[in-house]
Formats: sequence, structure tokens, C-alpha cells
Amino acid sequence: MKRFTTILALLLAVVAQSASAQTLKAVKDRGMLNCGANGSLAGFGLPDAQGKWTGLDVDFCRAIAAAVLNDAEKVKYVPLSAKDRFTALQSGEVDVLARNTTWTSSRDTSLGLNFTGVNYYDGQGFMVRKSLKVNSALELNGASVCVQQGTTTELNLADYFGANKMQLKTVTFASSNEAVKAYDAGRCDAYTTDASALYAERLRVATPDDHIILPEIISKEPLGPAVRHGDDQWFDIVKWTLFAMMNAEELNISTKNLDEALKSTNPEIKRFVGTEGNFGEQLGLTKEWAVRIVKQVGNYGESFERNVGLGSPLKIERGLNKLWTKGGIQYAPPIR
Amino acid sequence: MTMAEGDLAVAELAFVRHSTIAPRPAPATMTGARGWLRKNLLSSPFNIALTILISLLLAWAIPEIVKFLFIDAVWTGTDRDACLESVQHREIGACWPFVWERLPYFIYGSYPISERWRVDLFFVMLAVGIVWLLWLNAPRRDLGAIYFFLILPVTSFILLTGWSAIGLRPVDTVLWGGVLVTIVVAAVGIVCSLPLGILLALGRRSRMPTVRVLSVIFIEFVRGVPLVTVLFMASVMLPLFIPEQWSPDKLVRALVGIALFASAYMAEVVRAGLQAIPKGQYEGAMAVGLRYWQMMRLVVLPQALKVTIPNIVNTYIGLFKDTTLVFIVGIFDLLRTIEVSRIDPKWATPVTSTTGYAVAAIFYLVFCYGMSRYARATEARLTKGDRR
Repeated sequence: MKRFTTILALLLAVVAQSASAQTLKAVKDRGMLNCGANGSLAGFGLPDAQGKWTGLDVDFCRAIAAAVLNDAEKVKYVPLSAKDRFTALQSGEVDVLARNTTWTSSRDTSLGLNFTGVNYYDGQGFMVRKSLKVNSALELNGASVCVQQGTTTELNLADYFGANKMQLKTVTFASSNEAVKAYDAGRCDAYTTDASALYAERLRVATPDDHIILPEIISKEPLGPAVRHGDDQWFDIVKWTLFAMMNAEELNISTKNLDEALKSTNPEIKRFVGTEGNFGEQLGLTKEWAVRIVKQVGNYGESFERNVGLGSPLKIERGLNKLWTKGGIQYAPPIR
Repeated sequence: MTMAEGDLAVAELAFVRHSTIAPRPAPATMTGARGWLRKNLLSSPFNIALTILISLLLAWAIPEIVKFLFIDAVWTGTDRDACLESVQHREIGACWPFVWERLPYFIYGSYPISERWRVDLFFVMLAVGIVWLLWLNAPRRDLGAIYFFLILPVTSFILLTGWSAIGLRPVDTVLWGGVLVTIVVAAVGIVCSLPLGILLALGRRSRMPTVRVLSVIFIEFVRGVPLVTVLFMASVMLPLFIPEQWSPDKLVRALVGIALFASAYMAEVVRAGLQAIPKGQYEGAMAVGLRYWQMMRLVVLPQALKVTIPNIVNTYIGLFKDTTLVFIVGIFDLLRTIEVSRIDPKWATPVTSTTGYAVAAIFYLVFCYGMSRYARATEARLTKGDRR
């Protein structure tokens, strides 16, 4: 089945090549950006009680819409499951895929996608009970671990325990919901999934304060937005939208002080807000493209804190996702 | 002789009543609550065993359910703290404030808040149509049928999707969700599947080879693939073959898929009814000179549909619940909106998921039970003539 899916995806990639150029024009004609989103991952893509979409990935789509259409609300969110997300992008149903997708070599090449950067550095982690008095994943020798069946998470887990010569008892479940429930009921010593989701799951156990998330991250999961092969202009726009959000944070430009930034004499800020140079036109947009992003959505740090960081119920530490100037690895090339 | 006469006099005196005895009530063991219990629950050893088993089952389940839904339930609150055992220091049942807050989302999905009156109006219009059509004493039911099958679909289409020319803002179907989608999908499936199913069933029994072969191919093909596949093909593969601006709306694709799927099943149900009608009915109808469609309309179908009511309703109930499958193509039906809401970290507690699923269970139970009760009543009304 997996091979069949791959072949199908390859086939689709070839079919879709011809029809994929001119995405910018299509988006402008339509007046609406089609954004492939998750729809059921807290902090990344989830409709709230009013039915309004929120999340880090959702903010990213809103930023593209702000840059291209001058209206962050002109986004049509297409909720995609993990398995049909690539088909939807290849077939042109969505213009950009911002659905916590891990950047891997095969996806970047044979699936016909172009990843435009990393908007969240994720990785697989462990949650354990405080009463277990474990402070490192390396102390989990002989532990039973609850995990969702048929995911890369399950494979990473076996790899990690094997590589460290530790005994492992996996207890697998069809859905993450069941796995968490079983962990909470005491069926296993630890629960493992991507760290970003671990924080959301921790809220769901009976007494969240009795559980800790171990510091070890056992896999690399760089999550990023992706576009189709074959439209370099659109690729550039999506890529630089992400860089603009990060550059804004680095230059200390936020929704709060945008007006001051517009009057700034700092050449870097002048290039960013478009009072110097014509970097927006070079992208096929207008001079104030980056200003629109910050004004309507905010910079990367604001979006992070609001959706997954300390300003949200998830309260995830920035960690690797801090800017390079603050000890993290988020680094955007300069606008010039 | 005197003696005999005297005997007779005595007999008249002692044995012959001149008035009838007042009727006595039936024995207490056969009537009233006791009689009912005896007749329905305790009539045989097997029945007694079943009664005890089911009573035990209910005694075990009902207190738990009541305890969870009402006694331990949390009724007010603003976020997850209200439903957390570690904060409230008591056993926590259903987390109703989560449902209150999310209720608009369960009903309308992402439909723009300022336009939600249109959805309300649609629900009212649909309810009026259903009552008008199904309530036997309603006035002018012929007008009701025109309203339900012609006016209602057109006006609700305009109302829900919008029409700029008359000042209704267009609303993309991507924004529809919750009960709205469940009702729309179920209503379209239910209304379309019966006429299509009848046509397909007649086609399958037709003497015209082309019609018959086409009907058989359609029915067998659609019945041979799972609904999930039909929906998946319609939503994922179709855009590959049709240019984007031509490709129909995602919800429309799902609606067409479900309507065709349901009609194939309906065709087989109706065919069973057609075959149950004795040949004499067909021959009699032809003998009095009725044409094919007259024969079907006046003689065969009324009888065939009558005997298949339980199966038709069975298919409807199945269809109503199958509407939840549209979630796999990214349409947010009621169950999906509940699934999404229970992930919301604002309400993440151990009881949130259970509460959400309880809401879904109550919703589906009410609708499916309603359908099956109405069908029972219709069946009872139509089979009055068959009782001897």
C-alpha cells in the first residue's frame, strides 16, 4: 500500500508539474489564498469556538495573504489529513501547505515539494510521571512506553532504545487519544510523541503537574511550509514571507512599534519597511509587503508566543526556536 | 305431581337468576402492572433469565451514566480549571461549560457570525417543510410537497451560499460545519436517494437491455466500493483531471457522492419490494389497459414501497450516520467539529473528549430514534388493511 501511494504521488507530481506555474497570478485573480492546514493540532492549526482558525501555521498563511493580497483574512483553509496533504498540494487544490510537515529529503525531491524553511523545530520527546524520579530519557531502561501505532514516532523510539542498548516495552494504540488515556491510567511508564504535541497532551491527563517532559529530543523534526515544484516566483514569495517574520523579530519590529519603524533611519529597518530599495517589487509584490505582514499578523516571536508559547495554554519554551541572536537556531537571510 | 311442582318452585327459587351478574374485573395477575410484567417479562424461564440479565445491565450502566452526565457534572465555568479534578478536589463528570462555549461551533462550524441568522432561517424552513409533509392532518399537503421539493432546495441554496445581487454575502462552503453540514448532507442524501433508487430498481428490472445493463453496472459498481473510496476519489482525484476553476465545490462533490451511493443501496431495497408483489398485480394492471408508468405509479409501487418501509428507513438511518464520513475529505460535520473542539488546549481535561462524544451520541440518538418511530407509525397506518 505504501509503495502504491508513493507511485501514485510520483505520478501526480508529474501531472501537476505542467499546471503549477503562475501561482501568484492565480491567487491574485482568485483574491483568496488556498492554505492547506491541519485543522486538529492545537497551537498549529485549529478552529476556535467562533470557528476562526488559529495557530502558528495558520498565522503563516495569513502572513502570505497579507503580503500578496493585503488582507490577512483572505485565506481559505483546507483541512488536510497527514496522508492526503501532498496530493492536495500537487493537484493545485492548495497554494501552500502549512501543516506541521517534517522537511525530509524524499519529500523535498521525489514528492515534488519545495520546503521554504522551518517555522518550528520539533522533535520527539517523552513524558513521564514525576513520581518515577527520572530526569533523562537514558534512565528509561526497561520502561514501558505508550506510543501511537504506525507512526515514525514508533520507529524512532525503537531506534533510540536500540542505539542506547536499553530494554524497551512498547504498548501501541491506534490513536494518540487512547495512548494518552492508557498512560494516564498507569498502563505505561512513559508516553512519547512530538514534543510540541506532548505539551498539549499533558493538559489532558488528570493531574498535569504530576508529569514532566524529559529534556531529550530523540529525533529531528523540522516543520516547515511547502510549495509545489515548478514555480520559483511563488517559492520565493512563500520563503521570504517566513524570513520577513523572523527578520522583523530580529530588527525588533512588532505590531506595537510598527509606526516608529516606518520613520526609522536605520538602513536595515528602512530596507525592511520599504522606504529604501525595491525589494518588494523584486518579489512580484509591492514595497510595503513586509510592513503588511507585521501589521496584520505580527513578527515570528509574537506569533510563536500567541499560539504555542507562554501566551497560550500550551506554554512551550522557545528553545531551539529562539532567534540565533538569543541562543536558538532560527536564522533568516537579510533583506537587501 | 305436587312434589314435582314443589321441586320446580324450589328450583326457581334457588337456581334461576333473573339478572345478569355484574362483570368482574379480570384476575389481578392478568391485568395492570402485574399482568403486563407477567406477559411481557416473565412469560417463560428463558424470558425470566433475559429480564434478570437486562435489569442487571441497566442497574450497572444507568447510575454510572446519570452520575457522569448530571450528578458529578460541571455546569458553569470559564476554562479547563472548572473541570479539573486537581483544581476542584472532587470527582468530575461531564464538562458542560465546554459544550456551552463550543455549541455555536458545533451548530454552525466556521460560518461567519454576522451571517448565522441565515442558517437559523434554513433550520426553521426545513423544520416547517418536514412537519408540513409528515404531519398527516396538516392543511394543503400538496402545497407542502411543492414547498419541500421545489421551493425549499432553491431558497436554502441561495440563503446558505449567498447571492450578492440580493445583498446576501457569498459564504464559501469551506466555512460550513457542524450540525449544518450533517443536516444538509443527510437531507440531500435522503431526498435524492429514493427517486433515484426507484428509477434504478425499475431500470434493473426493465426489459430494455441497455437500460438494464446500465442500471446493473451502476448499482453493482457503486455497491462494490466503500463510501470512503467514493468520497476520496471525488475530493482528491477529481481536481487532477479537471482544471481548478471548473472543478465543483468540495461539499457538492461529497453530496453527489453520497446521493449516488445511497441511491444504489436504495435501488436494491426497492427491487426487493417490486419482487415481493405477486405477478397477478402486474398482469391485472396490464389487463385493464394501464401503460407502464401508470401501472407502476398506481398499482405496483404503492404496494412495493409499503412492504419496504422498514428497509427504506433502515437505509436512511444508515445514511444519516454515514454522513460522518465526509470528515475524511476535510468537511467539518458535527462529529468532526466535536473532534476538533476536544483538542482545544483551553478545555483539555480528562473528561472533555467523553463529554464531546456524549453530545454526538445524544444528537444521533434523537434523530435516528425519531426517524424510526415515525416509520413505525407509518407502517402501522399503512398495514391496517392487511390485518385480519
